[in-house]
Amino acid sequence: MSNILVNAPKTARRGEVVEIKALILHPMETGFRPGPNGRIIPRNIIERFTATWNGAEIFAMEMSPAIAANPFVSFFAQARESGTVVLRWTGDEGFAAEERVAIAVE
Amino acid sequence: MTARLLAFGLALVFAASYAAAQAGADKRRSGYQDMGEALQKMQDDDTANPGMLFVQLGGQLWAKPAGAENKSCADCHGVAADSMKGVATRYPAIPQGADRPVDLEGRINMCRTENQKAERLPPENRDLLSLEAYVAHQSRGMPIAPPYGPVVDAFRAQGEGIYRRRQGQLNLSCAICHDDNAGKKLAGIVIPEAHPTGYPIYRLEWQALGSLKRRLRNCLVGIRAEAWSLDAPEYVALELYLMERAKGMKLETPAVRP
Repeated sequence: MSNILVNAPKTARRGEVVEIKALILHPMETGFRPGPNGRIIPRNIIERFTATWNGAEIFAMEMSPAIAANPFVSFFAQARESGTVVLRWTGDEGFAAEERVAIAVE
Repeated sequence: MTARLLAFGLALVFAASYAAAQAGADKRRSGYQDMGEALQKMQDDDTANPGMLFVQLGGQLWAKPAGAENKSCADCHGVAADSMKGVATRYPAIPQGADRPVDLEGRINMCRTENQKAERLPPENRDLLSLEAYVAHQSRGMPIAPPYGPVVDAFRAQGEGIYRRRQGQLNLSCAICHDDNAGKKLAGIVIPEAHPTGYPIYRLEWQALGSLKRRLRNCLVGIRAEAWSLDAPEYVALELYLMERAKGMKLETPAVRP
């Protein structure tokens, strides 16, 4: 069960620079910590986050074990045409989550 | 004549300043006010507050059937925004059929075992915290309104006793830091007044949602005292007293704290 909060404007003027903010529930386990039994807890992080606007990539980042749990990502994009922004998180243990937001450009 | 006017004028001044003093009498500060601006904005923005992830999760659990009865919270309580509004402001309280006060998470577990015929969720379990956050979130912005009665008052008095009792190797009581020295600094950090206004809180140090119990255990370890076992009644007693101290302050659940 993935849990995501996205903050993006519903509408934007053509050419306007809009901020898109996304927060996701994820432990971001570093792979360096010992668990209660003394064994190392296996690494479980989000490795990659991408955002596409009507299929074209507008933002991408590689995540590392030093990033805190429940990572918050904020980025800017220029609104050129109405469409769907797809945010995608992929990571260890087959983690994959996706969220879509529609932005109407006037 | 002038003397009488002067007296009247003075009386007016006194009345005005008295009224002003009464209006500003509440000098209590929530931990929110002692945080930096960035953290305050983080808490205020529902899409940047990580606690809201757990509230959202709690909302999903609210509607999910559990236990042998295969009933969800929503099957009995309906829409949480109506049925759970204000509930968190009066907990810990004595639920019907119980002989002692329970905190909100204890109440959720009572509902699970008695009505859903499900297993108790262990302390600091993510589902339990999420449900608690979801229920408490329905009372956000409402003033804390503790219950009164002979039994609950006795537990509250016990809680105040714990609050004022010195304990641990450092021989400190809660009151020494949070009453006598609140607002001053401890290792560069402002000592808060210890008002439980936003529990369960998302604490950045924890990178997770945590209960008041967990926070109290932090303090107990800090003063080198032995933390009570997780199901100890001391936590509920202490929470009762803390809620009384914070009576009338507004709930912020889910609060963000450093």
